[in-house]
Amino acid sequence: MTTMIDPPKADGFHISQLLYDTRYRSITIQVIAFIAFMFIALFLVMNVKSNLASLGKEIDFGFLKNPANYDIKQRLIEYDSTSSNFRAAMVGLLNTLFVAFLGCILATIIGVTAGVLRLSKNWLIAKIMTVYVETFRNIPVVIWIIATMAVLTETLPQPKSFRGENPDASMWLWDSIAVTGRGTYIPSPDWGAGSAFVVITFLLSLLGIWAFGRWAKRRFEATGQILPNFWIKIAIFFVPSLLVFFILGRPIGLNFPVLTGFNFKGGFELSNSFLALWLALSVYTGSFIAEIVRSGILAISKGQSEAAAALGIRPSRTMNLVILPQALRVIIPPLISQFLNLTKNSSLALAVGYQDLRATLGGTTMNNTGRELESMLLMMLIYLIVSLVISTGMNVYNKSMKLKER
Amino acid sequence: MKKTVFLSALAAAGLVASGAMAQDSGSSTLAAVKEHGALKCGVNPGTPGFAAPDANGVWKGFDVDLCRAVAAAIFGDPEKVEYTPLTSAVRFTALSSGEVDMLARNTTWTFSRDVDLKLEFTGVNYYDGQGFMVPKDLGVSSAKELSGATVCIETGTTTELNLADFFRVNGLDYEPVPVESFTEAQNQFLAGACDVYTTDASALAASRASFETPNDYVVLPEIISKEPLGPLVRHGDSEWGDVVRWTLNAMVSAEELGVTSANAADMAANGTENPEINRLLGGEGELGAMLGLPNDFGLNIITKVGNYGESFEANIGESTPVGLARGLNALWTEGGLIYSPPFR
Repeated sequence: MTTMIDPPKADGFHISQLLYDTRYRSITIQVIAFIAFMFIALFLVMNVKSNLASLGKEIDFGFLKNPANYDIKQRLIEYDSTSSNFRAAMVGLLNTLFVAFLGCILATIIGVTAGVLRLSKNWLIAKIMTVYVETFRNIPVVIWIIATMAVLTETLPQPKSFRGENPDASMWLWDSIAVTGRGTYIPSPDWGAGSAFVVITFLLSLLGIWAFGRWAKRRFEATGQILPNFWIKIAIFFVPSLLVFFILGRPIGLNFPVLTGFNFKGGFELSNSFLALWLALSVYTGSFIAEIVRSGILAISKGQSEAAAALGIRPSRTMNLVILPQALRVIIPPLISQFLNLTKNSSLALAVGYQDLRATLGGTTMNNTGRELESMLLMMLIYLIVSLVISTGMNVYNKSMKLKER
Repeated sequence: MKKTVFLSALAAAGLVASGAMAQDSGSSTLAAVKEHGALKCGVNPGTPGFAAPDANGVWKGFDVDLCRAVAAAIFGDPEKVEYTPLTSAVRFTALSSGEVDMLARNTTWTFSRDVDLKLEFTGVNYYDGQGFMVPKDLGVSSAKELSGATVCIETGTTTELNLADFFRVNGLDYEPVPVESFTEAQNQFLAGACDVYTTDASALAASRASFETPNDYVVLPEIISKEPLGPLVRHGDSEWGDVVRWTLNAMVSAEELGVTSANAADMAANGTENPEINRLLGGEGELGAMLGLPNDFGLNIITKVGNYGESFEANIGESTPVGLARGLNALWTEGGLIYSPPFR
């Protein structure tokens, strides 16, 4: 057997060994690559600095304190056109997080459903899900966003169609929800005196559901008896809160949207730009998640479901108790990157006029102040932090789901 | 031995890098344009009458004529222009980074753009103001009645800021619908996603002219801002700024002096009684040479593109679909604001 490595020389280290000795060569290459990389980075930074200096534009973040002078449609915190550019950026960031959070939830629901159904034995359902996955993941998301927006704007009735004696359009669900070409208006809660008690009761009953779940599981493990868990949980969810609500004399009312002047007023408005972005991002990312879920399920050996069937476990319980818990270990890591993708894709919001971080800090603020580099750097930093926080959170969850080796 | 080779290679790389940096500053835009053989002009992606490609893909319009005039002044050929359609959001970055040599893209001259963005406005080719357009069946006759309305607005423009100011000062509330481009704003407005469309009054007229049923829409009487629109270049190259400034002034002076594309060649060949016309057309003096241009640059502009009034009438005047009256943009002698410093 021949040796791959030259025998060490007795007379110690020689400089040519850096190149010809396989023990040192890879280190030499790495050092050279690192130095070259640093030179390129240094060159880029110096180039930007000297070009900015020749334009007379020094890097300066002072513009963040100046008034923004523009309005933002969807504000989750107090904001008007006299607020600072920094506050405008924060409003934008919250809008980004809002759509990303709701998008991740909806995409997971769609993705898990579609992924499980794609493996269905029902030929029609399986094929429909295949068509869904293949169409949505093979068309760029920005096209889905714009197409959804166009459909919402063009096909839904505008507020003026709701006006008059015999309106062309009418509100849904006993005049409580207005679906228009500008947005969907839903009733919003009107907090009266004593509503805090109802909210506290509701939170306590959520805690109760969790406690009951643990107790039921322990009982199941001890005795093997299965309670009608679902119905009990539903009861805990509704009954105490409703009881307190009626005892206190219905403190929480509803603000219904009403057509006044040009638009619907009152209630909570989900603008079409938000809906288009949210739906398109969720359905698009959902198609990727469906594939991840399907591959996760297929990764579980067939023997597992056969063994479950042999024990007489029903197919739905087999999926929930045997297959999915194991599949989750395969599913979660790629799921993290889909959540990150969705969050980053939300920066396409400007295509439909949803004012997210990119549209405020990286759009109007950047244009009005002319601080391109500063805005871009700040935006990159913020997106980086948001992504790292999401991925840290998901990694913690991943660890808790991992196979516990004892 | 090997190490020295490596180190000297690194040093050479560093020198190359610093050489590349030094080259960026201090070059003359005019020389660069001449060497490139064409003017790189940033224009609006599509405003009928001001800048839009026609059925054959040829750029036409009032702003486009300014690009053509600068090309005619430099090369004697108005076709030597490379057009870059720019949205309002990217126009200044494109100019600052050198992607285009000049902007002729209905851009409002403001203090912060001139001073803070390090740009140089080289004149005003259209005095405009921000207006509102609404569908007729909305039954609105004044902008003060627009409380609670939904307003379509192009982001990154001065109109977005004026709008916020106007509604705040008048104690009205509104819902902004930000859109990215002029065409997108039109689509949203026509689909009824907004009650009001606001932008410069000239662009409103241009946009209304392109609708299928222009008579169903009205432009409200209020003009809520001053919008002097003009061409602009980068800070720091005054010679290039002069070329663009005096190209526009040549077009205006020609109208003031009665020089048109029809009679300019004749006037230049035979000379005239008026020494200013002779200087403008290159018969007297060395004005062209002072700019680094051919001495007959004025003649080239006027014969190949036309004077200010001709360009106005052909692109956006009352005989065109856009149908704008001269108004503020009439010559100062006719009650307008258009005025050129003398060619002397």
